[in-house]
Amino acid sequence: MLEIAKKTPRIGAGMRKLAVIAFAGLCIVGLASASEGEGMASANVRMDDNASLQRGARLFFNYCSGCHSLQYLRYSRISEDLGIDEKDMANLMFTGAKIGDKAIDNMPPANATTWFGKAPPDLSLEARAKGSDWIYNYLKSFYLDPSRPVGWNNTVFPNASMPNALWELQGLQVAVKHPAEEGHEAGVEKLELKTPGRLDAAQYDQAVRDITAFLQYAGEPAALQRESIGVWVLLYLALFTFIAWLLKHEYWKDVH
Amino acid sequence: MGVTSVRLHPKNRVLGWVEDRLPWLSFVSAHTSGYYAPKNFNLWYYFGSLALIVLVNQILTGIFLTMFYKPNAAEAFASVEYIMRDVNWGWLIRYMHSTGASLFFVVVYLHMFRGLMYGSYKKPRELVWILGMLIFLALMAEAFMGYVLPWGNMSFWGAKVIISLFGAVPLIGDSLVEWIMGDYLPADATLNRFFALHVIALPLVLLLLVVLHIAALHEVGSNNPDGIEIKEKKKPDGTPLDGIAFHPYYTVKDLFGTGFFLLLAAFIIFYAPTFGGWFLEHDNFIPANNLATPEHIKPVWYFTPFYAMLRMIPAKLPGVIVMFLGIVLLFFVPWLDKGKVKSIRYRGLGYKIMLGLFAISFVMLGAVGAGVSAEKIPEWFGADADVTTIENLFGRFWLIVYFAFFVFLWVYTRFGFEKTKPVPDRVTTHA
Repeated sequence: MLEIAKKTPRIGAGMRKLAVIAFAGLCIVGLASASEGEGMASANVRMDDNASLQRGARLFFNYCSGCHSLQYLRYSRISEDLGIDEKDMANLMFTGAKIGDKAIDNMPPANATTWFGKAPPDLSLEARAKGSDWIYNYLKSFYLDPSRPVGWNNTVFPNASMPNALWELQGLQVAVKHPAEEGHEAGVEKLELKTPGRLDAAQYDQAVRDITAFLQYAGEPAALQRESIGVWVLLYLALFTFIAWLLKHEYWKDVH
Repeated sequence: MGVTSVRLHPKNRVLGWVEDRLPWLSFVSAHTSGYYAPKNFNLWYYFGSLALIVLVNQILTGIFLTMFYKPNAAEAFASVEYIMRDVNWGWLIRYMHSTGASLFFVVVYLHMFRGLMYGSYKKPRELVWILGMLIFLALMAEAFMGYVLPWGNMSFWGAKVIISLFGAVPLIGDSLVEWIMGDYLPADATLNRFFALHVIALPLVLLLLVVLHIAALHEVGSNNPDGIEIKEKKKPDGTPLDGIAFHPYYTVKDLFGTGFFLLLAAFIIFYAPTFGGWFLEHDNFIPANNLATPEHIKPVWYFTPFYAMLRMIPAKLPGVIVMFLGIVLLFFVPWLDKGKVKSIRYRGLGYKIMLGLFAISFVMLGAVGAGVSAEKIPEWFGADADVTTIENLFGRFWLIVYFAFFVFLWVYTRFGFEKTKPVPDRVTTHA
């Protein structure tokens, strides 16, 4: 390496500079992605875990899609991207929709407003707007609160109007409160499982992680394609840049 | 003339026929193989050609986006999602456009800093600098309007805040704001006109300015890291001793630079298209809603230094004036700097320090504008810290440093405080 550097000092210095820039660039990318979703347990979702995405889709359509739609996502797209065949997909379509339709919920908006005070939001872009960590933690943070209209509250999103749709799986949580200070309401110290559900804690975490992964996918279905194609684009560009560098070096031989 | 004009006579009969009537090949040749550039360009000299590459990318991807985008307040947001999901390769085109917008500012800021470092704004290149500054202004307007088009919630509130700045104009302010928006709020009319300006009016202005920027540059010739006029030492054939033909030497060098740049850009496009919320913000994945204000309204990162200038001044009109002054003063740099030595390599220590501080102040103001400091202050000073007071102190300090650069530049060079080093006769190559 030293030998080469001595023979071609110009190249060495140039490449070193480029390496420094590339490294700095990567550090910035790292910092930028690390700054997402602070102070929450990480959802650890993986877009390359197809089984998790499939389980997430099933959970979503069984437990969430009654109220929440995915207005930008078609059933056929889910079936194709996640490898769920159309017959199985049809079992998840409870609204009488066709395979090419978008996943719209069946709840009349006027009723939705009466029942919850506010129509349940569309979740197509929930993971992009709030982040997957937020969804993961939110779904784990419901507790019984008789003071709320639907009897539920949430520590991640206080006074949410949504009940815990997954209570059968998780069980019922109650809040252990701090002693109330003068003039302040008592804050929630931690949540305790009062009545166990069908799943134990680890299984429930995985179920929530699967739903989160599915919503992350729903937020950007192209991400699956993007990440698999990206490698080839980068390899091509690396080769192109290397050849361009050789060409530059060849032409510049006569510049003194 | 920086270019050597030779009338070409192509052997091909068709080309020859055209050339005799419209000498376009002679023109292209004069501005490429006939343009002599200094042979000592370093890394900083890639950013001009990269800015051109990004401009072409923005125009090409933009054309395809307009084929599916709906400039209508009721449909805009959904049409962007349609592009992202249902249009073949739509996601790639959209990410190339959104990443391109941010990278445009990355390369333009570095390109401008290069100009300051090597004195590229000085005589005889004042007009090249002025035209470049006009490009910067047009680019800011172009980027702002483009950011409004997806009609996300940050688009809406960003537009509302930025347009309301015109309300600071005395007497006619409020009517001016209504006139710009075509409504009492950013609405369908606003989106429609911003679309018109973004896809045709401003791109035409940008292209014209870029042509003039390059034409003015080719008239006077490129500066270089030594700040020496290469035209002063010529070979017997009239070409500069330290010059090399732009084509093929710099075309092939820029080809390499472009490859390297595309590698970084592709990494972002394929693996970090939102860049952790810096290039595409979380709040912009929520449709525009005039009843739900985002928690923190802030512009995209490339506007944050100027946004901080606005925020650090307590009153609206003075804030707007300071912000515009922060840009306008850059136009006057060629006349504020009376120094004869161009390159930082041979300038006084004072200039080196102040230019460094100027660059740091820009980044620090950017951090204030982006809300980074507001987030970090409780971490550093404890949860009880008075965020506003500390942030104002911090932001105003760097605001003063930013403006002090211009004052210093004039005083330092006008009254002979600068101790420069001797400038060599010929360019040095030790890259």
